[in-house]
Amino acid sequence: MKRPVVSVMRRISMLSLILLPLGFANAGQGDDLLNARCAGCHDLKGPAPTTVQAIWERKGPDLFYAGNKYRREWLARWLQAPVRIRPAGMFYGNHIKPGPDGDEIDQGSLAPHVKLSGSDAELAASALMDKKAKSDLIKPGEYHSGTISKSMGELMFDKFRGCLACHEIEPGYGGSSGPEVYTVAKRLQSDFLISYMRNPQAWDPKIFMPNKHLKEQDLPKFVDYFKVLSEEDFK
Amino acid sequence: MSRVLRWALFPLLVTLHCGQALAAETGKDLYKTYCWQCHGMTGNGNGINVRDMSVQPRNHSDAKEMSARSDEDLFKAIKHGGQSINKSVLMPPWDGVLSDDEIHALVRYLRELCQCRHG
Repeated sequence: MKRPVVSVMRRISMLSLILLPLGFANAGQGDDLLNARCAGCHDLKGPAPTTVQAIWERKGPDLFYAGNKYRREWLARWLQAPVRIRPAGMFYGNHIKPGPDGDEIDQGSLAPHVKLSGSDAELAASALMDKKAKSDLIKPGEYHSGTISKSMGELMFDKFRGCLACHEIEPGYGGSSGPEVYTVAKRLQSDFLISYMRNPQAWDPKIFMPNKHLKEQDLPKFVDYFKVLSEEDFK
Repeated sequence: MSRVLRWALFPLLVTLHCGQALAAETGKDLYKTYCWQCHGMTGNGNGINVRDMSVQPRNHSDAKEMSARSDEDLFKAIKHGGQSINKSVLMPPWDGVLSDDEIHALVRYLRELCQCRHG
């Protein structure tokens, strides 16, 4: 009876010897890919900017906490067909110019995002999900889904809290300096959204999104609203 | 100074130094970072975000309007938001990102923009 067990164990060991390095190779490949294709515009290591000048110089979102922020399936999909999320770029101040009716976005100054192949997008998404800095700010499972009507959500987002000033709630409606929110529920993890809205500067000390001191009980309602928006067919 | 006293004072000196470093941003740089988005590159109230706003942002280059506001009111509006001086919720509180020294620097810059004083 001993022989077969030993034999199976040996086989498992042999298989591990083959598969484990493959796993490491994948992780290594993912990091190599991030360093080669992403590090030019994204900070993969942190910490976040501590001066406004560093905010101006930032070309893309910090990725050293990507695993706490993004939804993996969205990352893998978006990296293959990237579209603009921030209408005025990463730091809006670098992409505006005076116009006849006030400041306007200088579209010519906005560069398209790098597009990855399917396999590279999967590799990058996996490597990004391993980046989990600032985990202490996340309370896993904190968000419990609720229901909110679109009109009540809009009332809260616009009239009561003034968030519409900087964020679009549908294409072409809302502010331009912040990222669009009508896709945010598809892009970001719910627990991250709650944590970020609770205190944006805990994640990014100099970011130009103010801490609105939202009530704790309202935080999940904003996420509920974002989910309602994400189900709309705006295209 | 005794060695013990020196070690006791060290954290205090570090804190003071960091405090100075944090207050080193100029009013002009802070205005570009946080205020341009609504009040515009020249402070005329026509920033990129105004298109769909229900209340238009203050024109900071309007000497008449700005001279009606005291420095204390401007400080309060920046720190605690428009509602703290019975103005719009669209002006958010900036106390989460700006120190009091930085808000004072912004108030001084607003006076440069309007080329005016209170009263």
